[in-house]
Amino acid sequence: MKFNKESLKIDARLVSEQLAETILKQVRVTLKKAGAVVGISGGLDSSVVLALCAKALGPDRVVGVMMPETDSSPDSQQLAQALADRFGVQTVVENITPALEGMGCYRRRDEAIREVFPEYDHTYKNKITIPTNILEKETFNFFTLTIENAAGETKSKRMPPSAYLKVVAASNLKQRLRMTTLYYHAEERNYAVAGTGNKDEHCQGFFVKYGDGGADLKPIAHLFKVQIYQLAEELGVPDEIIKRVPTTDTYSAGSTQEEFFFGLDFYRMDMLWYAMENGVPTDEAAKVMNLSEQQARRAYANIQRKIDGTEYLRLPPLEVQSKQSGKSGKLM
Amino acid sequence: MTPNDNIKKKLKDFIREVFLVGDEDQELSDGDSFMQTGIIDSTGVLELASFIEREFAFTIEDDEMTPQNLDSISNLVAFISKKIG
Repeated sequence: MKFNKESLKIDARLVSEQLAETILKQVRVTLKKAGAVVGISGGLDSSVVLALCAKALGPDRVVGVMMPETDSSPDSQQLAQALADRFGVQTVVENITPALEGMGCYRRRDEAIREVFPEYDHTYKNKITIPTNILEKETFNFFTLTIENAAGETKSKRMPPSAYLKVVAASNLKQRLRMTTLYYHAEERNYAVAGTGNKDEHCQGFFVKYGDGGADLKPIAHLFKVQIYQLAEELGVPDEIIKRVPTTDTYSAGSTQEEFFFGLDFYRMDMLWYAMENGVPTDEAAKVMNLSEQQARRAYANIQRKIDGTEYLRLPPLEVQSKQSGKSGKLM
Repeated sequence: MTPNDNIKKKLKDFIREVFLVGDEDQELSDGDSFMQTGIIDSTGVLELASFIEREFAFTIEDDEMTPQNLDSISNLVAFISKKIG
């Protein structure tokens, strides 16, 4: 195949029309629901999904749900409201902090952080990052915890597995509570929940199973992030949202998606991934991307490792009985 | 048993106990990549690094967290013997 710098360019008008048609059919015909709820964070992906749903179903059949909590950026709610206003969509604000406190989210997370940094308390901010030099060095995706005190001084340390797992388990309560909240608002209206994950997140496993991964439809899960930017321009998503650096909005020290998970900027990652998927040899991909072949090879390997290593997230619950047979009875 | 054989045995025992439980049919050759064979994921890398630091009493620096050092039994034996040698 021919691989060039325009390989991920889409006809954004045509694609948005097609997506709107699909959403309409999925929501009204397949799911038999009256509309859609979308969790909106002021980020690019949820903005595009809200805009697509409004286009597909009409703004009066879409609800944008904002679910801030203590660690959310103050900009998030303001941007999400500006987005909903732009598309004439009704909004609901659900502050999930009290529920997260009730579930022990912050307490459990802080206890785990203190296993690494005993001095950590509520005056500190925190974030988790992975190596972001994946083109320069063959590296594993290990996790580093950074804490920042009120004076802006930071300390970082690679996380031992027990602390890492506890921090992630506690933090994932946020995404799972958001999913629960979305389904409340969906069921109350006989609406469907529209998921906001893109291909980068879906296929590389940057989502929480039954958290932000829990939805009735996932209209942009097949599109690369760089294509979501093109759709955002076409749909008229506010500029301040398009220009915002994508973050996890989960960790108080403001972890970008690049440093938390992907380890590479979206343009180069998406282009190299597309090349890999389409069997473009590394030397050819490297030439187009102005990289060395070794750098392209490292990117291919890193992306493939993430896809392979997160396969379990995309699996449905494993059942003993074959779905094809539909027969009950024997287990073996 | 040479020192390297001893290191290899400890590593193999750990990997079998932690990563291959219930998958006893999985053959693990010394040169097999843990990541490519799917034996170890990113959380597994943390567990492996933590085990090595505890068992062999040295710290793995961040820039040593590479496949060349950690992604097979052979690579691990070479890395550990260099660090403690």
